[in-house]
Amino acid sequence: MIHEPSPTAIVIFLAFVGFTLGLSFWFGRKAKSAQNYFAAGGQIHWFVNGVAFAGDYLSAASFLGICGMIAFYGYDGFLYSIGYLAGWIVALFVVAEPLKRLGKYTFADALDAKFQSRGIKLAAGISTLVVSLFYLIPQMVGAGALVKPLLGFSHATGVCLVGAVVMLIVVTAGMVSTTYVQFLKGSLLVVFSTILTVAILNRGFTVPEAGAPQVRLDRQTMTITKDGQKLVNGKPWGKGEGQADFNPVGSVVSLPDGAKSTGPLGPLEFLRTLEKSTVLLWAEDKNKITGTDGSVTTVYYSKPVSGADVLVPGNSPTFSGLRAPEFSKKLNFISLMLALFFGTASLPHILIRYYTVKDQAAARKSTVVGIASIGFFYVLTLYIGLGAMTGGSLDVTNSNMAAPLLAQSFGEFLFACISAIAFTTVLGTVAGLIVAAAGAIVHDLLSGFLQLEMTDHEKVRVGRIGAVFVGIAAIILGILFEKMNVTFLVGWAFSVAASANMPSLAMLLFWKGTTREGIIAGILVGMVSSLAWVLLSADAFKDVYGLSPDQALVPFSQPGIVTIPLGFATVIIASLLTKKKS
Amino acid sequence: MVGHDHGPAHADEPEDMVAAGRNARLGMKLFIVYLAVYVGYVAIVAFRPDLLRVLLPGGVNLAVAYGFGLIVLALLMALAYGWLCRVIAPVARKDGK
Repeated sequence: MIHEPSPTAIVIFLAFVGFTLGLSFWFGRKAKSAQNYFAAGGQIHWFVNGVAFAGDYLSAASFLGICGMIAFYGYDGFLYSIGYLAGWIVALFVVAEPLKRLGKYTFADALDAKFQSRGIKLAAGISTLVVSLFYLIPQMVGAGALVKPLLGFSHATGVCLVGAVVMLIVVTAGMVSTTYVQFLKGSLLVVFSTILTVAILNRGFTVPEAGAPQVRLDRQTMTITKDGQKLVNGKPWGKGEGQADFNPVGSVVSLPDGAKSTGPLGPLEFLRTLEKSTVLLWAEDKNKITGTDGSVTTVYYSKPVSGADVLVPGNSPTFSGLRAPEFSKKLNFISLMLALFFGTASLPHILIRYYTVKDQAAARKSTVVGIASIGFFYVLTLYIGLGAMTGGSLDVTNSNMAAPLLAQSFGEFLFACISAIAFTTVLGTVAGLIVAAAGAIVHDLLSGFLQLEMTDHEKVRVGRIGAVFVGIAAIILGILFEKMNVTFLVGWAFSVAASANMPSLAMLLFWKGTTREGIIAGILVGMVSSLAWVLLSADAFKDVYGLSPDQALVPFSQPGIVTIPLGFATVIIASLLTKKKS
Repeated sequence: MVGHDHGPAHADEPEDMVAAGRNARLGMKLFIVYLAVYVGYVAIVAFRPDLLRVLLPGGVNLAVAYGFGLIVLALLMALAYGWLCRVIAPVARKDGK
């Protein structure tokens, strides 16, 4: 659908950004020491830290990607919600307290506490940079997708805008301002998602009149001409005379007992009603039609789907293997769920948040607050996604905009607030990732591996320069990967993090035989193998290189089920082989 | 806003290794319980998707109920862990262990 920039949205958006930057400059006065810049002085209150966990963790993938996937395919997006939340169990029960006890600034501090090894600092520093950059890609892609309809800017301009604002936040005040931006974002995200869910339940379901535009067509086309013009059903894309726009991504076409409208529904009643209804969804034909004039046409078909089908997994292309009888087709799903479970507690920007509180008790309590906030939000994603599917506000071209466009159907003000929150969602996560990467550059690589002597002031200065470089890299990657699905990219980032970091961390905590060489080998093998797997997968061939997915060199896209055990095996074997030396 | 002053947020919990060890053992037990429930969910989704369509009392299917259940269980176990760790810490210090 075509969306015009709204003045209300722009004003509220600018107010959010202005307040966020003001907060950064205010806290910037306090960020003089390295301890303050990289770890907020270790004095953040556990409750603030817990909500900031939510602000850090609930990224563009959660708010934009999951809701969009549910809106397009139903339950499949909720699989991500479950996996993302389950990962916090590993963080709380296994990682939180030891990490706080062993480390000071970075994830490498904890790994290296026993050995004082430059090799561990180097391996963990590189791993932090790789995972942070990988995770930054979907955030920046999400930022571009968001700014486009909100402010009318191009994807590249949106990515540059987000990059510039985040660099300003990180450079001015480091972890202190990042924490409060994340606290603010986490709080607003949960509150406004609740408001949106209440609005969805209050609206209930309504069947469109016979002959209404959303149920009249059974086929839609999008043609991109050789000169880049976009045509919908053969007419220029737009809402004016002589133009055509897409139908909504889904419509409820029948309700239980032949009802035409339900009125307000309770949370369980909403799901029960949908279970017994029929929804008209649109599916994309995989085969694109190339015309003799060089135009490319994508065809979308409408198909009635029972509500019972919408509320079980297997509808999306990503998880279609779940409905196939072959074991091999289910491996991608199992691999993803494994990576999500072990990936959360391996993400550098999440791990450094344990250094912003004062002791192990605070680390534990803040994780509990984080689980409560994040878990509640993930329950809401199912309602927001299904609300977007049936609310008539979203079309087949913009899955990443499900939540803001759903909000627009309840009025400009809610749209403006949700869009601004989505923007701060990106800001909060990107800021955390850049702080983690800058910390790795200063503490792990320069100070730890190269053993450069730096004063406290110099560490902060170098950290700021590092933040700018990482920010620029994020902008470039965000522009290059514009077409990739945000949620899918995050799945890859979790796989790389879980494969590179979790084996070494877990073995260090639970096996006394772990050696320095085992840790270094585990990180490097886990990181390289998972990255190689991702880059040789069918999805990379299709979406990154533009080649046929049949040429892929690995059998499925998500590497976790192979590379996480490989990381553990490497730590064990390398430790056994080097035991005497250590 | 809570904690804006960056002052002490709460009374310090002594970082004694006995309490840390007990917390770690408790955490591992709870982790294994949750892992078993999570593996059960992944196994059903992957190998017995037909079960996910079964409607439970209340009219919600197993897919939704199990998914919500995993989220709620995580929160309940987190709260239980937080509470038990608070109980364990003073007992450990009193025993001088």
